[in-house]
Amino acid sequence: MTLGRFEYHAPQSIPQAVQLLTQLGPDARVMAGGTDLLVKMRHHVVHPSAIVAIKGIPGLDRIEVDRDHGLTIGAAALLADVATHPQIQALYPAVSGAAQTTANVQVRNMGTVVGNLCNASPAADNAPSLLALEAQVEIQGPRGVRHLPLAAFFKGPGQTALAVDEIVTAVKAPPPRPASAGVYLSLSARGQLDCSAVGVGVVLALENQVCVHARIVIGACAPTPIRVPQAEALLEGRRWHSQTIEQAAGIAASLAQPIDDLRASARYRHRMITVLAQRALVQAGQSAAKK
Amino acid sequence: MKHHIRIQVNGDLHELAVDPWRTLNQVLREDLNLTGTKFGCGSGDCGACTVMVDDRSVSSCLTLAVAVDGKKVTTVEGLAPSGDRLHPIQEAFIANGAIQCGFCTPGMEISALHLLRCNPNPDERQIRSAIAGNLCRCTGYNKIVKAIAAAAQASPGMSEGDDTP
Repeated sequence: MTLGRFEYHAPQSIPQAVQLLTQLGPDARVMAGGTDLLVKMRHHVVHPSAIVAIKGIPGLDRIEVDRDHGLTIGAAALLADVATHPQIQALYPAVSGAAQTTANVQVRNMGTVVGNLCNASPAADNAPSLLALEAQVEIQGPRGVRHLPLAAFFKGPGQTALAVDEIVTAVKAPPPRPASAGVYLSLSARGQLDCSAVGVGVVLALENQVCVHARIVIGACAPTPIRVPQAEALLEGRRWHSQTIEQAAGIAASLAQPIDDLRASARYRHRMITVLAQRALVQAGQSAAKK
Repeated sequence: MKHHIRIQVNGDLHELAVDPWRTLNQVLREDLNLTGTKFGCGSGDCGACTVMVDDRSVSSCLTLAVAVDGKKVTTVEGLAPSGDRLHPIQEAFIANGAIQCGFCTPGMEISALHLLRCNPNPDERQIRSAIAGNLCRCTGYNKIVKAIAAAAQASPGMSEGDDTP
């Protein structure tokens, strides 16, 4: 159960880290919290020749949140700090809620939101809410800084749009819409500790009991977390009503392509998408109506 | 290449040369003979290896020793540094019969310490979620939850600034 041998680098700036990645080539891995990477190494899934640890880079753990500028979560910001951040809880409850339901206390004290995204598990708990918020990732590489919609970042299980010499430095969500609310709900065998069998993130805005904006994203039921635009379209422009919510949840389930695996059967997943989507929509609707 | 690190473990400063692939768990158990901290699953699921690094509880099996350079580590041995007087959490575990085989106990106690420092008056739900990452295969959770509640009552001042662990 020991780890294979590797070189360890702890650069003090992003340009230094990028330079190291360029020099070290494709066998090097970026490490933030290490809670995914070290487990994969221990299970001999990956064998990096070098680790570039970015957690100690000053300022990379930044969390900036306000109503006018939106949300920025730096690559080294811990899941625990995002989960308990009072302003994130107030303005982006789906984001803090998802961080809180990721793994356990110890892992939240080590792991990061951005690391969870970069690991690109279809079941990544922090992906659905950030996708529903139309978040972007900030990427730095030898060619400078670029921004990519999170939806274009996920390419498949464990696959992202990141080049080997690039680092995700932050994930950013736009300012919250007026009278909007979000919720993330997930199901897994062992409370919320192990990987989710189903996760649903929703963000919606209501005006005079009419839904003016809806985003629904399902995790763990396709090769990447997926948006379900047909379900959103059914809600948008219509009066907020339990029957429409039920129909939208049903459509969401019909658009997912869950598989049978050790965490749940495809059939169970199908049924639970409907249940979770309905619950998430009802809860988000109640919060949005209060705003 | 070995890396030179300085870590403070239970108040004692250690200077060590470590290979980068060695975990904090290995260094504590094999180099410093602090075998109170256990090695369980190796993947952050069981909590048997839980220690405090600065003010946070972490899995020592998923923490590289090289990454804790300059930090303070508290292990279960640090709960009762004198070796005779036990920490209120440990007293509460004994008084409530919260120990059976003992393998999960060091991790449970460190998780309890982290909880009580963050939240001196936890309710039962908060206690259960605080130890959700600590498995007890003797299935003694009820007594462990009771013990942590009793420790909170017995010792309300386990604040973060408190230097006695």
